[in-house]
Amino acid sequence: MIKFDEVTHFYNSEQGNKVASLSKVNLEIEKGDFIAIIGANGSGKSTLARHINGLLLPSEGDVLVESYNTKDLNMIWSIRTKVGMVFQNPDNQLVATTIEDDVAFGLENIGIEEKEMKKRVDWALKVVGLSELRNSEPHLLSGGQKQRVVIAGALAMHTSYLILDEPTSMLDPKGRKEVLEIIKRLNEEENITVVYITQFMSEAAQFKNIIVLDKGKIVLTGPPKKIFNQPDFLLSLNLEIPQITRLARELSANGLDIPANILNEDEMIKYLCLYI
Amino acid sequence: MFIHLKDVSYTYNLNMPFETVALKSINLKINKGEFIGVIGHTGCGKTTLLQLLNGLLEPTEGKVLVDNIDIHQNKQKLREVRKKIGLAFQYPENQFFEETIAKEIAFGPKNMGIAGEELEQRIKKGIEMVGLDYYAYKDRSPFSLSGGEMRRIAIASILAIDPEILILDEPTASLDPQSCSKLLSVITDLYLKYQRTVIMVSHNMEIIAELAKRIVVMEKGGIVMDDTPKNIFQHSLRKLESIGLSLPPVTHTMYELKKIGKPVSSAILTVEEAKDEILKLIRKRERNEIY
Repeated sequence: MIKFDEVTHFYNSEQGNKVASLSKVNLEIEKGDFIAIIGANGSGKSTLARHINGLLLPSEGDVLVESYNTKDLNMIWSIRTKVGMVFQNPDNQLVATTIEDDVAFGLENIGIEEKEMKKRVDWALKVVGLSELRNSEPHLLSGGQKQRVVIAGALAMHTSYLILDEPTSMLDPKGRKEVLEIIKRLNEEENITVVYITQFMSEAAQFKNIIVLDKGKIVLTGPPKKIFNQPDFLLSLNLEIPQITRLARELSANGLDIPANILNEDEMIKYLCLYI
Repeated sequence: MFIHLKDVSYTYNLNMPFETVALKSINLKINKGEFIGVIGHTGCGKTTLLQLLNGLLEPTEGKVLVDNIDIHQNKQKLREVRKKIGLAFQYPENQFFEETIAKEIAFGPKNMGIAGEELEQRIKKGIEMVGLDYYAYKDRSPFSLSGGEMRRIAIASILAIDPEILILDEPTASLDPQSCSKLLSVITDLYLKYQRTVIMVSHNMEIIAELAKRIVVMEKGGIVMDDTPKNIFQHSLRKLESIGLSLPPVTHTMYELKKIGKPVSSAILTVEEAKDEILKLIRKRERNEIY
């Protein structure tokens, strides 16, 4: 479990003022959770994510990863092994000249013996579906494949928590789909806890739960059906609802008897087939 | 001002061991006042294409003609092209370096020799064209802005050069939904109100479907489709999917309904159009049942 206990994070603005980018955040992430975080630019999403593996430390309050406090310097490497991070631009995270070397990079750093290393790299590449490309050079891959290599690198470390900070914002539609399919599978089949930051509401709609941040505070949590049933509130936070949900609301407002919080195309098609 | 790419190819590292063909035999005419969306998966040559359009790259084969003049044979025209065709790269705010927004925006026009009153007017107009208040913003640090504002100021700094053609590479990447729609209304204004030619690359099919009047689809360094959004999204789902692209969700929903035999039009690009089409069908059916 990951626990945020009254976490506040200050940074110094250019005028020298103390500004809170997170303010008194309380949060519990259970093993196996599948959570999306949404919020306007500057609402504290990335700051929150960087607290989970101790890249940032709380100015006040504590972050616990299982029993370890991220402020405990002796435990920071254990924490970072448990919590894998995937950032926006995969090019910044790929370091080696072949894919398998890249996946092995973290393992080498913590001194895993060769036999075990090979086993883990084989497994991680298989999970993300890149076994056949193991000897390719990372720069020859598509954006979606590169992000899958980064994810494999985290898996090889036997990460239990995967934190992804807008991993699809630079990808084309196919790459976005690849990444989402992989993390869904990791959650279902490998029981990996996923925390996924996104600006795409249609992506957030595919998670079990959503956390909404505004000005460093958690203002709403719940399943997508509940979150996207509050379009006016989301609008006031500079967010919106997915395109399909917008259509559902329009139809419902025009007297059609369909739920106004439909989230995906399959559901929409099912309802529309009752009428046309 | 209009651009004509004539049999243009571009190869990186030409005649070197790591030679890579990025574009091959591109023919493309861009007329004054168009709004063109360019789509294609990562690595298909979109960014190379953009850099050829304003003369940042010189084609390894073929010609880039602007107003019928080969810009790489005519230094004067090339200089004019650099002033008249503004290019906003991905994450343009990463190039900010000045202390104030006014200074940041002044950089381009100052380099062109503009000073004094004229310079201030240019800065003012640039900020206003992106929908922000000149007096409220001019003395602030560009680094103190929100993501969406930064993006708009970056575009203002290009507008201050007074380009006729604006090229935008993924202008909405990682903006929150509201900053994204504000920026899109700024871009729509540039096209409608200020009559600039706009060429925009995006991976977001919803945005391209709603804004662009013409879509150029690229694959493996070539142009594979060049048509209106309706024609492209209506007829080419398989083709788009096979090259790593997709349809906007509402378009895809209508496509699926049509596939299972429902009498809907699949030429639907927006929520508004989808709503109208569905309500129209339901009314039709109700009438049939009554009589």
